[in-house]
Amino acid sequence: MQVKIYNKGIYTIAGLSGELDEYAAKELRRELDEGLTLPSVKKNILFDMGGVSFMDSTGIGVLLGRYKLLKGLGKNMFICNVNAQMDRILRTTGIYTIMQKVSV
Amino acid sequence: MNKINKFEMRLSALSENENFARSCAAAFCLPLNPTLDEINDVKTAVSEAVTNCIVHAYNGAADKYIDMSVTAEEGGKLTVTITDSGCGIEDVEKALQPFYTTKSDEERSGMGFTIMSTFMDELLVTSEKGRGTQVSMTKFIRGARNVDSRTDSAAD
Ligand SMILES: Nc1ncnc2c1ncn2[C@@H]1O[C@H](COP(=O)(O)OP(=O)(O)OP(=O)(O)O)[C@@H](O)[C@H]1O
Ligand SMILES: [Mg+2]
Repeated sequence: MQVKIYNKGIYTIAGLSGELDEYAAKELRRELDEGLTLPSVKKNILFDMGGVSFMDSTGIGVLLGRYKLLKGLGKNMFICNVNAQMDRILRTTGIYTIMQKVSV
Repeated sequence: MNKINKFEMRLSALSENENFARSCAAAFCLPLNPTLDEINDVKTAVSEAVTNCIVHAYNGAADKYIDMSVTAEEGGKLTVTITDSGCGIEDVEKALQPFYTTKSDEERSGMGFTIMSTFMDELLVTSEKGRGTQVSMTKFIRGARNVDSRTDSAAD
């Protein structure tokens, strides 16, 4: 998996690409937790899933884990550019009630 | 008689094999003419079952094996069976509940079985404490039939 964290407009964007499964999760958590706790990170964090071709429930765990971390820091988390496979997972598990999907 | 095609594989219980396992299952069902959504459903369900073997059954021990068999029947019936010889599940009914997880401390959300049962048509879990678990999932691939009926009506 690849992670790119940068600021754009009102958001700090975490752009992910690759396949988000158990194999990718550990390193992804580490990179996100490092990058998203830097002082330059804005109040609104947008996870751009445009490059993610596959995700399973391990990815749900990763997203919820970051949500809790960010919430604890007083930040908001949003998600965008979700493909059909991921959208089905996020709908099935009710994640959109916690993490708002936005279009950018 | 219905033609039945089958393949079996044995994999080390390593997370780097997850991609390979789900891609194999997806590739094998291609002759059934699945839609892209159906392929993704199969991939996701396989990924869930294989992840559970690695994370729960074997608790990360890499010297263990996962068996996967896939059968494709002519009418579009796809069956995937994933077997481990790990720790087993104490209470299967409970494990199948949404949000039930024994590893909430490791950022698990307890949605794997819910995803398997939603994305496939049938899910059967048998397990014995200390001996292992078998997850058998069936999906009726309809993509093929849709294509057929469209061709038929076009010919009319
Ligand atoms: N192959 C297995 N061997 C032993 N226990 C299992 C196995 N598969 C599932 N379980 C048990 O069933 C529970 C529920 O599994 P499920 O996949 O639904 O959720 P999870 O793996 O805990 O979380 P998630 O899949 O959302 O990351 C697990 O927490 C585990 O206790
Ligand atoms: Mg699971």
